[in-house]
Amino acid sequence: MLANVKKIFEEPLYPYLRSVDQDENPPVQKPVIIIGAGPVGLTLAIDLALKDIQVVVLDDNEKVSFGSRAICFAKRPLEILDRLGVGEQCIEKGVTWSKGKVFFDERQVYDFDLLPDPDHKRPAFINLQQYYLETFLVQRLEKLKADGKPVEIRGKNKVTSIDQKDEFVILQIDTPEGAYAMQAQWVVACDGAASSVRSMLALEFQGRVFEDNFLIADVVMDAKFPTERWFWFDPPFNRGQSALLHKQPDNVWRIDLQLGWDIDKEAELKPEKVKARVQKMLGDDVKFDLEWVSIYTFQCRAMENFRHNRVIFAGDSAHQVSPFGARGANSGIADADNLAWKLKLVLDQLAPEELLDSYVEERVLAARENILNSTRSTDFITPKSKMSGIFRNAVLELAEQSEFARPLVNSGRLSVPSVYDKCSLTGKDHPDMPAITRPGAPAIDAPVDKKWLIDLVGNDFQLLAINTKVPDMLQVNEICIKSLIIEATDIVRQRYLGNAKSAVYLLRPDQHIMARWLEFDEQAVIQEIKRITRYSGRGN
Amino acid sequence: MGTLNTFPNLNDPDGFYEELLRLHEGLSEEESTLVNAKLVLILANHIGDRAVITEALTLARKSANVDQF
Repeated sequence: MLANVKKIFEEPLYPYLRSVDQDENPPVQKPVIIIGAGPVGLTLAIDLALKDIQVVVLDDNEKVSFGSRAICFAKRPLEILDRLGVGEQCIEKGVTWSKGKVFFDERQVYDFDLLPDPDHKRPAFINLQQYYLETFLVQRLEKLKADGKPVEIRGKNKVTSIDQKDEFVILQIDTPEGAYAMQAQWVVACDGAASSVRSMLALEFQGRVFEDNFLIADVVMDAKFPTERWFWFDPPFNRGQSALLHKQPDNVWRIDLQLGWDIDKEAELKPEKVKARVQKMLGDDVKFDLEWVSIYTFQCRAMENFRHNRVIFAGDSAHQVSPFGARGANSGIADADNLAWKLKLVLDQLAPEELLDSYVEERVLAARENILNSTRSTDFITPKSKMSGIFRNAVLELAEQSEFARPLVNSGRLSVPSVYDKCSLTGKDHPDMPAITRPGAPAIDAPVDKKWLIDLVGNDFQLLAINTKVPDMLQVNEICIKSLIIEATDIVRQRYLGNAKSAVYLLRPDQHIMARWLEFDEQAVIQEIKRITRYSGRGN
Repeated sequence: MGTLNTFPNLNDPDGFYEELLRLHEGLSEEESTLVNAKLVLILANHIGDRAVITEALTLARKSANVDQF
């Protein structure tokens, strides 16, 4: 092993324990079984447990992610984690950042600040090793279980076959003590880019492979670099290639070095070789240890449909992006956020099964957006023709002297939430109100009476009334809609009112905006809720 | 928006052409290519209108006598 201290990702965190379900014949049936205990599966499990939906998470492993892997978590996923009760821990442990610099050769050509705006509870980004996020999620899940919520995680439970029936799915599961079977009304595959569920169902995963190799080295060092994302094009220490330096908690620094396509992977992974490369980058006088080293190639690809009858795909199992832009784990968490409340309504029989197709509609849109952005970044960072290299260098040289070229510098367009424009659940808009909070967008945070708006909404349908009145509570087709009435401050006016004097917003349980009006109109709200309770896909 | 001006618009066409050639004097082919790339970026930014730029890109590619892209 590289470092001397035993790391959190080497300890079994949810070791195999025999479940009574293993002795059941006929097999037990669960409302929801999640396959894969990564950030996406765990987020979804916690969300469902909080909604009192019985859920079992199966994983063929018993440890959190090996190595840091996903490290950048954006504002919107942090708000989702807040809603689930894990946000604070992530912020405390994580390294908060919003600034970055871009270098070309030896010169700085560009710097940026993603969110200097103080009027949000959460920062633009934190860096946190994936194994910490997973640890916090597992702890939260165990706490919910201890408090009586119907949730559990089973380590060393490997799903070996999936058989879809009309009303349920049968899973065969291998354990250290032999095989057993369970049924599920719904199965959610959160088992990553190499999804075995996808393979078992023989589903396609098409896209573009980028012919390049990147070396990731997590190094432990006591360095004085600022907490910023530093990106190099063609630096002296890695000629003709790119490099990235980014801080993580515990004095761990993420270093990414582009290696090119034609390399000897085994030789490149040898610690002496990695150390020499890193030393060249950091300078001879910097002392460091290697925590984790990996070489990856990347792909941008997605499934055509994220739902196949009773099996639903979320996160990397459904869509994969290149790492520039931090759009992998962040979008996976948003998938879970989108799916949980819809599963709840379907299981409670308050909405038809087809509502789950709105998950597909909205999250396919998001996946396409993420793939587009990460493909463009990758084409800029690793030019694949002589001419694209010339344009890249032209942009970088111009950016040094001239403001206009700086927006063209693409070292990764960092993750922002998708807006579900023109989707079938997205409802009535009002032309006087600002675009950032249009229907389909997530609610935008703002300070409200020494609290944060984002903490006051969520988990339920909600009416947000600004400078006007709404009933305390509304019941539409057994769906309960809560109310929040606030007075507009300057920030609230800017983010929610625009030129309107008042506003009523209808929010979904995932804090996305469904519709907005000047004043409360019960019939209008009922019409919007019918999009859900009588969901029939596009054009309803 | 859109509609690229494809009619004469330079009040000094010969002077412009001479200046363009002078820009590349003494440069290697590689250096010239970089300068041209920069020029494209500078002019595209000045135009700003994405639809006009798309029309210009299409016209440039068409006159290169290759398939449309």
